Amino acid sequence: MNVHEYQAKAILRNFGVPVPEGHVVYNGNSARDWAKRLGDGPYAVKAQIHAGGRGKGGGVKIAKTADEVKQYARDMFGMTLVTHQTGPEGKIVRRVLIESGCNIADEFYVSFLVDRVTDRVTLMASAEGGVNIEEVAEKTPEKLFFEAVDPVVGLTAFQARKVAFKLGFGIAQVKQAVPLLMNLYKAFVETDCSLLEINPLVLTGGGDLLCLDAKINFDENALFRHIRIRDLRDYDEEDANEIEASQYDLSYIALDGNIGCMVNGAGLAMATMDIIKHYGGDPANFLDVGGGATIERVTEAFKLILSDDKVEGILVNIFGGIMKCDVIATGVIEAAKQIGVKVPLVVRLEGTNVDLGKKMLAESGLNIVSADGMGDAAEKIVKAVKG
Amino acid sequence: MSILVNKNTRVITQGITGATGLFHAQGARDYGTQMVGGVTPGKGGTTVEGFPVFDTVEDAIKETGANASVIYVPPIGSADAIMEAVDAGIELVICITEGVPVLDMVKVKKYMEGKDCRLVGPNCPGVITPGECKIGIMPGYIHKPGPVGVVSRSGTLTYEAVWQLTTRDIGQTTCVGIGGDPVNGTSHLDVLKMFENDPDTEAVIMIGEIGGDAEEQAAAYVRDHMTKPVAAFIAGATAPAGKRMGHAGAIISGGKGDAASKKAFLAECGVSVADSPAEMAEALLKIWQP
Repeated sequence: MNVHEYQAKAILRNFGVPVPEGHVVYNGNSARDWAKRLGDGPYAVKAQIHAGGRGKGGGVKIAKTADEVKQYARDMFGMTLVTHQTGPEGKIVRRVLIESGCNIADEFYVSFLVDRVTDRVTLMASAEGGVNIEEVAEKTPEKLFFEAVDPVVGLTAFQARKVAFKLGFGIAQVKQAVPLLMNLYKAFVETDCSLLEINPLVLTGGGDLLCLDAKINFDENALFRHIRIRDLRDYDEEDANEIEASQYDLSYIALDGNIGCMVNGAGLAMATMDIIKHYGGDPANFLDVGGGATIERVTEAFKLILSDDKVEGILVNIFGGIMKCDVIATGVIEAAKQIGVKVPLVVRLEGTNVDLGKKMLAESGLNIVSADGMGDAAEKIVKAVKG
Repeated sequence: MSILVNKNTRVITQGITGATGLFHAQGARDYGTQMVGGVTPGKGGTTVEGFPVFDTVEDAIKETGANASVIYVPPIGSADAIMEAVDAGIELVICITEGVPVLDMVKVKKYMEGKDCRLVGPNCPGVITPGECKIGIMPGYIHKPGPVGVVSRSGTLTYEAVWQLTTRDIGQTTCVGIGGDPVNGTSHLDVLKMFENDPDTEAVIMIGEIGGDAEEQAAAYVRDHMTKPVAAFIAGATAPAGKRMGHAGAIISGGKGDAASKKAFLAECGVSVADSPAEMAEALLKIWQP
């Protein structure tokens, strides 16, 4: 789960991590009022969307006066911000963060993430801050420093010192960097982050370290023990269909194609998208109905798939396993009747009672094409959609 | 022979009085697995569907001589259940539970260091040696005993591969579902090493996914050390970057872990890569004949 920059900074502030003074606002007037409360300018005016690269798209402005803050904030509200992370459709700005500006002497990069090779939380740092870190990793990997953290003792002071010296800090900054890094680690583990990224960490003209930007992703599997963090979820930032799907424990992701897919199991669902592409079609979505293809779940899945106007055909691929195929067939037939599926529907069933399941599909009176195997199913739906 | 489990494996179920745990314990027993009991704290001394229930894993081992445990405990208690089994001296722990927090698994991995125990999962379908022992949620009847080892992150896609083999009358030594989480107990590489050392396994199908580089590590082992033919499929060629495809581990991030680069590297390492998930068995038969 993602949160906004201002929410991430509020969490970090609670862990004693230095972040700029600031406040989130929802309209131009309160933007000006909050700027005045922050004291003299300059101020940073930052659009709050769940994507990076906001500066290039006009989502970050530096204002000299409170009136300028108001003007910039007004320009931002309602604008569609397109960055390299939003996709071409962009995201609408609904919240703006007003912060005290600061004098930047130098910029650095710091992040924590779970490294799946070492199975450890790992600190990653670079003196190349404020830029796209993926480019640094690709072109100059020697400029990235790593420290894997032992989960029993946590990030130690010596590890933090090592990184701080590698970043080229003088002793005054090292003394600030050690508690800063240790507190970031503490925030990471105590709130169950999957990614915590500070880019840039800045050295101010006054010689202080400050987290100028902050990005946090939380592990959704751990939200059960972080009720307050769960409440930070901003549904405006998420795809409406994906939210709807999650209400029914369906895993759904919209794509650009025209063939809707309904599959049980994430791996098979990915593979089904792949095989549609393999036969020259384009999948409209990823959809995992999970273990139990009940009438209710299949119905909801059909509704979701058909809510996408681009869908011109549907491929159902269920490997029954524990579930019996006649039960799945009942689910598909009932759901198709309730919804009134008008586009071509190809169903591939495998598992216990497969013959009975196919017979039921054939005798349903519905326009359902039965398929033998994944290859056959994909060929049939691609052909049906292309006409 | 086989790997991990066989007819002598004695299995307890942690979380046996829950609906899922009990359902699959019965299914495994029906398949012929030695399901010798279960653990649910507070219900020790009772029986459920003929299974003796114990309060602790330690008690269960003492009474039943179990050497493997399967875990259906909900995510909030999964890590604790794994560590309890490890502490009690179980040799093989298979955690089926989906949704275990990743930092819990980081702790579990640290806890297991230096201990003589193998963890498979979490978020996995389990392990089956056809005709001998089934531990987990996979349908038993699609398998048949034979010479091919199967290792995969995913459940139903594994069934797909197994079914392609079985319908061609090719059986399996052992099928291992390692799970779709970023931090888990057993990797593709671990399982390949076991298959390489298993005299009855003649060939292997490995099913990977986008995200991470576990498949690449496994492929490097195939190139450098493996004497047996390996075929593979990588799911997620059509997955967009930055979107999590169901499994927590299945995400392309920072331009790493996409299907095309994985497939290319696997092919370079001498793995027969299937272009389509319908051709997993065919890809193996290109380089190996039963």
